[in-house]
Amino acid sequence: MQFMLLFSRQGKLRLQKWYVPLSDKEKKKITRELVQTVLARKPKMCSFLEWRDLKIVYKRYASLYFCCAIEDQDNELITLEIIHRYVELLDKYFGSVCELDIIFNFEKAYFILDEFLLGGEVQETSKKNVLKAIEQADLLQEKTENIYHSKHFHWCKKAY
Amino acid sequence: MSATTVQILRLLRILGRNHEESSETMNDLLAQVATNTDTSRNAGNAVLFETVLTIMDIRSAAGLRVLAVNILGRFLLNSDKNIRYVALTSLLRLVQSDHSAVQRHRPVVVECLQETDASLSRRALELSLALVNSSNVRAMMQELQAFLESCPPDLRADCASGILLAAERFAPTKRWHIDTILHVLTKAGTHVRDDAVANLTQLIGGAQELHAYSVRRLYSALAEDISQQPLVQVAAWCIGEYGDLLVEGNCEDTEPPQVEEEDILALLETVLQSHMSLPATRGYALTALMKLSTRLQGDNNRIRKVVSIYGSCLDVELQQRAVEYNTLFQKYDHMRAAILEKMPLVERGGARVEEEAKERQTAAQLLEEAAPAPPEPQASKLLDLLDLLDGTPGNTQHPPLLDPSPEGALVNLLDLPCVPLPPAPIPNLKVFEREGVQLNMSFIRPPETPSLLLITVTTTNSSGGDVTHFICQAAVPKSLQLQLQAPSGNTLPAQGGLPITQLFKILNPNKAPLRLKLRLTYNHLGHSVQEIFEVNNLPVETWQ
Repeated sequence: MQFMLLFSRQGKLRLQKWYVPLSDKEKKKITRELVQTVLARKPKMCSFLEWRDLKIVYKRYASLYFCCAIEDQDNELITLEIIHRYVELLDKYFGSVCELDIIFNFEKAYFILDEFLLGGEVQETSKKNVLKAIEQADLLQEKTENIYHSKHFHWCKKAY
Repeated sequence: MSATTVQILRLLRILGRNHEESSETMNDLLAQVATNTDTSRNAGNAVLFETVLTIMDIRSAAGLRVLAVNILGRFLLNSDKNIRYVALTSLLRLVQSDHSAVQRHRPVVVECLQETDASLSRRALELSLALVNSSNVRAMMQELQAFLESCPPDLRADCASGILLAAERFAPTKRWHIDTILHVLTKAGTHVRDDAVANLTQLIGGAQELHAYSVRRLYSALAEDISQQPLVQVAAWCIGEYGDLLVEGNCEDTEPPQVEEEDILALLETVLQSHMSLPATRGYALTALMKLSTRLQGDNNRIRKVVSIYGSCLDVELQQRAVEYNTLFQKYDHMRAAILEKMPLVERGGARVEEEAKERQTAAQLLEEAAPAPPEPQASKLLDLLDLLDGTPGNTQHPPLLDPSPEGALVNLLDLPCVPLPPAPIPNLKVFEREGVQLNMSFIRPPETPSLLLITVTTTNSSGGDVTHFICQAAVPKSLQLQLQAPSGNTLPAQGGLPITQLFKILNPNKAPLRLKLRLTYNHLGHSVQEIFEVNNLPVETWQ
């Protein structure tokens, strides 16, 4: 996979993950063009399209478009599966996910994506493992926050 | 999860590519995966698709490939659009290698042409065009023509050119071919390629027996609709050429509605005046009118009037034509009939080039082709070249150069080396000798530019008299390029004085047989000498 984009029906970008090195300007340009192309598609059309020299696989879930760009020799059907798996992960984590969840907790969405895909390839096929890893990360985050906010820490900081 | 399976299959594909052994060991495994996968869910379909891709890429057994094609055929019947799209794309890749297996699914593919989704119908169109062969060409053409009428505009151009190409390759009869092209022109005239007009005129010109039929069809098509420019151009040309056949009205197939001369002229005038006609079309129509002046029996006043009107037309091309035709009517009326005779068949440059390219291919593949391209086109080309070398006396030299028997041709093709020759020195050649004046040639083939031949011509004088005003000119066949450098001088002192050297550079990219004709003029022993001769016995290494 070369990149994955999530955008709303109004064309606002919610998530972007790039697995190829591109300059910022190019990224913006690609995003703009791709969003236009995908949004112009009618609902009954098939989920694959050819764009530049890449294959684009997109799927619409409620008001969000999940769009992946894959190379020539990649399997389009399995990319659809990957997109579906990612949505399932988000659903499990957020509990019945909606676009607002992704807007307000976008960093969690990125974490989940990073646990699931690495360098454009699936790295963890088990849903359970991915979610467990995220939970552990959450726990660590809470503990650190607690230490930060504890009185003992404040007292240590005051010592400076 | 299926993603792992897919990755494993990918790995197998990479391992098996171009590797016989591993491909064989994988055969059973792939067959098993293909048959045991549950296709009710998309994940199963994804795995199956990956299996098909793997089978396509490795050196699999024939049975396995047929299995892959059948799986794709099953995909085509699936209700999910995505799967059908994926199947069509993969079948397109497979059609080159497993043509017969894909043919079995032709009806399903043709059905997919009716899809509403543009990307699907485009894929289906490409695949259908690839599947056309000589046996199913009529049925396929019907389907494709029906599709042409209903397809979205951006696909029209591709569809039209595809139909024309397929018709050209597999046309069972000339008449069917002309019908098909006519149909395409009427339906999608504006979308065809530019050379379609030229092709069609050439085709009609070549089909003697169909002149009357085609001109009649074109006339009726033109009478209905003059907006499709390529159609109008072809129709105008045909009416101009075969207008007499149109008026005669004795065509055996179509019922001949009597076509009056006045009608024809009126139609052409409408074309001329219509604002929809391109300038090129107008040019065609004007020329057609002129040709009709000799073909039709009626008097030519109407035509003269039209032509003189256009003598002051704003369009420069039309004006030029009209003025020239006007002059033809007035001053050169006696020549008019001769000038406006029926056109001879124009040689199709494109087809020639194709034949030559094919010949070169067979030479490169050596024994893989069962029957090499016939040497006739090669032979006739050589004949043409010989004629072009001005006034050659060497007509009797044809037999040793040509070898009409196929085995001989094969031997010649085998002679063409496919490994670069080591630069063996080419022997010098004495080409001319007269009264002590001698011409020698030495050849150099620089190894880094294989198509270049350098000839150094050395002229020596061993006689008792000087040679003055020595000029040497050369000619080579048309496919070669010759460059003469300035000679070192044009005087040869007597008794072995300083020789004159001159360098010829010959570019021979097609490795055509080298023929060289020389023309020498000089003054020697009190009289001027002019010699024209062909250099014989040129060593083969000079041009191979």
